[in-house]
Amino acid sequence: MLVQYTIIGILFLGALAFGAFTIILSRLLQPHRPYPEKLETYECGIKTQGTAWVQFKTSYFLYALVFLVFDIETIFLYPWAVKFQSLGLFAIIEMFIFLIILIIGFWYAWKEGALEWR
Amino acid sequence: MDYQVIAFWLLSFITLGSALSVVFFTNIVHSALALIVTFLGIAGIYLTLHADFLAAVQVLVYAGAISILIVFGIMLITRGDGKMAETNLFGKYKYTAAIVVTTLFGVISYFIIRTPWSIETAALSENTIGDLAEILLADYVIPFELAAILLTVAMVGAIVIAREVKNPK
Repeated sequence: MLVQYTIIGILFLGALAFGAFTIILSRLLQPHRPYPEKLETYECGIKTQGTAWVQFKTSYFLYALVFLVFDIETIFLYPWAVKFQSLGLFAIIEMFIFLIILIIGFWYAWKEGALEWR
Repeated sequence: MDYQVIAFWLLSFITLGSALSVVFFTNIVHSALALIVTFLGIAGIYLTLHADFLAAVQVLVYAGAISILIVFGIMLITRGDGKMAETNLFGKYKYTAAIVVTTLFGVISYFIIRTPWSIETAALSENTIGDLAEILLADYVIPFELAAILLTVAMVGAIVIAREVKNPK
């Protein structure tokens, strides 16, 4: 079984080699003549103000939380989806109860405006 | 040497190396990225143990969702341009941390050495997901539904806290 997964390792190595190769090759080929204007952060020709480190809205965090919950839900759905034909009606009812409980949570998130962009 | 042993050493090298980078990088964003590599390395170690479903869960939940949560957590912090030293309020307790960590390492190592590791000779299941589904939806129905309730409670709790932050009274 492990041998099947070595292909993923080879893919990782290929991706790493490709990234490293492009960076090193461009480093070797490019002319290197920097001056202050060239080194400035590009922002459509306007002078940059402050740092890139600004505080983001908490709305992002709420989206991430809802995503996390439904990500875990997907993981529980996956084994059920593989076997639901042989497990029969009882498993389908179980899964519906599982989904309804989670949908209550989702409804609460919706009701409280966690998904609204304000 | 066996393939499995080579894979294990390679993956543990990646995992430990990136875990050390999490601690030693001075920029907190770089630490978060190194943490994702650590999670992927652990997923690889699960694969060498023939736990392919657990590896998929590790990639989806830890490398996918938890790391997003951590990155968003970092994005909500404005202090000090991501410099680790300024965001870590407990950084000055160097010696206390050293004692605690050494003790923890000693205790864990002691129990690892003491445990009699027996090698299972029974054939491993080829269809781990199918077997898991049968166990989860037949014998462990109550814990399965409780997991849904736990997720809902966690989400509601997080929303209550976040709403308080969003609209302070």
